[in-house]
Amino acid sequence: MAELIQILISGLAAGSIYALAAVGFTLLWQASQTINFAQGEFVMLPAFFVLVGMGLGLPMWPAIGFALILSLLILGALFKKLVVEPMLPHGTLPLVIATIALGLLMKESVKEFYGATAQPFPAIFPQKVYQFAGASVSVQDIGNLAVSMLAIGGLQLFLNRTRTGRCMQASAQNPAVAEILGVDVKRMVMYTFLINAALATIASVLISPIYLAKFSNGETLGLVAFIAAIVGGFNQIRGALVGGLLIGVIDNLSAVYVSAEYRSAMPLILLIAIILLRPQGLLGTKEGRAV
Amino acid sequence: MQNRVRTREEGNTMFRTLTASAATALALIAMPALAELKIGSIVELSGPGAAAGTNFRDGVRMGFEEINAAGGILGEQVAVTEYDSQTDPQVSRAMVQKAIDDGVVAITGTVFSSSTVVNMLVAKQAGIPQFTGSEAPSITAMNNPYIFRTAFGSQKGVPKMAKYMADEMGVKKVAVVWANTEFGKGGHESFLKEAEAHGFEIVADLPTEQAQTDFSADVVKLKGIEADAAFVYLTEEESARFLREARKQGVTLPLVGETTLIGHKVIELAGDAANGAMGHVGLTPDANIPAMTEMVEKFKAKFNYTPDHNAIKGYTAAYTIKCVAEMVGEADSQAIADKMHGLTLTVAECPGVLMDVSWDETGEMSRESFFVEVQDGKQVVKAILPPN
Repeated sequence: MAELIQILISGLAAGSIYALAAVGFTLLWQASQTINFAQGEFVMLPAFFVLVGMGLGLPMWPAIGFALILSLLILGALFKKLVVEPMLPHGTLPLVIATIALGLLMKESVKEFYGATAQPFPAIFPQKVYQFAGASVSVQDIGNLAVSMLAIGGLQLFLNRTRTGRCMQASAQNPAVAEILGVDVKRMVMYTFLINAALATIASVLISPIYLAKFSNGETLGLVAFIAAIVGGFNQIRGALVGGLLIGVIDNLSAVYVSAEYRSAMPLILLIAIILLRPQGLLGTKEGRAV
Repeated sequence: MQNRVRTREEGNTMFRTLTASAATALALIAMPALAELKIGSIVELSGPGAAAGTNFRDGVRMGFEEINAAGGILGEQVAVTEYDSQTDPQVSRAMVQKAIDDGVVAITGTVFSSSTVVNMLVAKQAGIPQFTGSEAPSITAMNNPYIFRTAFGSQKGVPKMAKYMADEMGVKKVAVVWANTEFGKGGHESFLKEAEAHGFEIVADLPTEQAQTDFSADVVKLKGIEADAAFVYLTEEESARFLREARKQGVTLPLVGETTLIGHKVIELAGDAANGAMGHVGLTPDANIPAMTEMVEKFKAKFNYTPDHNAIKGYTAAYTIKCVAEMVGEADSQAIADKMHGLTLTVAECPGVLMDVSWDETGEMSRESFFVEVQDGKQVVKAILPPN
């Protein structure tokens, strides 16, 4: 029993971080039909911004703030202006290829400028462990889970309870009508890109103490986030959340109770099963609800 | 056909041309005296092996820079060309072939055993001696007269460590966590053999994947096992992630491994989580050996980071090539390979090897080594283990 609790907590903690990246996937898809295959690199890069900030002499928290600003600027605004806007009129496929190229560029740039070896990354939570029902529960796991849930919950509240959030939903559902109703659609889409950049930064800061900061981290994260988004439902934030958590837990359960060698195959098997049985995802809707 | 008498000016031009041609020909004949001796440094500069490869590369680089500053090898300067294997066996094979095509006398690297078992066949075919940083037992068991280790294989290191675990730590029950790669399989097999010899009971056998990032499930399994110690045989970055996770989940079991569990890069990456980990190291910058200490200080000053055992492997590889080439009196690949078999190099005759070292007929090496524990982020030598 203690083992199961331990696995569930570890799985949920990891899964909540996958969910942050997966939510970003769904947001960009909803707002601008962008399938961002550089999403893994979007999570990898802010950790290096933090390290650069600390290298410049900033303490950890200001360095995280510094990374957030850079991420909003580069992964949010510049990504939209320089990659998405020029490519989108040519269709989804060229944009997908452009994001793949962007991911490669980011990965190789980090390798070039920061080196190919992993870098230690400071943990934002104390390294304390508490015993709960025989399981060792670390502050880091609980903290990761809490921060991720707060971020996603806050985003849901923002989208549903604020005027700006509802305008963003309207812009995603029907941009033409939203524009007629006086919504600044371009600005709303920009907000979506900025939110994705912020979520990626949070995910990066949470996962890098575990993964260590490395240029190749995006390969795993991008794939897992993409699977999580599809499993949960590409047109639902809560679907991406459920998909992320599910993959985190299934990954850990399969590693312990099935086979460590085939653990990475389990999320893919789940993906195939979902595509066959429920193509819209666990919580997705066929008609495609907005953000 | 019309005959024509040359003018004086034409005659002068012809004379100048002939003189220039003769001078060029003489210069070309004289070129060998200025030629460079080529070495191929093929290492993991990207991919999962980058931590180890970068250290090895920098060790090789520093060694040959010192050698060049001191006059080179047999009066020739050494030109080291670096090739990135990308921690990919097939790329490493192509890079070894490229180095051979470029005319290298010897090859240093690769470090990852999965690559070395593939690329060493190319060097063997070409008759080029290869000084590898790999530790998988299979490498020196393939009847390859051109492969030479720069650190002994796990089949030599693991017995020393297992003996220490049995005699000094009183271990009876052991869990084994290992990387499911060529490197990991070698260490795993060696350890199982030694476990049988020492009567250890293997209470868990946990394979992990190369470049694995999340070790929470593996540590959960480890926690549910009653053991006296866990033998952890992963590569550096995975070791660091494993140690962090073990600390996070409050594992109190002694974690024992080889160099890749307690190396300096692992300590840097794992931070406090590395404290308490222990194991056997063939080479350690923290050994109280003046030549080693001096090398480490020079390395830190040059590269601005603390070298690990891989850097020392690379450094000693450079000096081994130099000393052996000077022993045979020529920078000839075959002569160097022939001389290496059964050779003992002492620090007295070749200071750059840092410690007395011997190679047998298979290219395997013997040397003193150390059992260390990580305390306050540093390797503390607990015992010096004799060569075997």
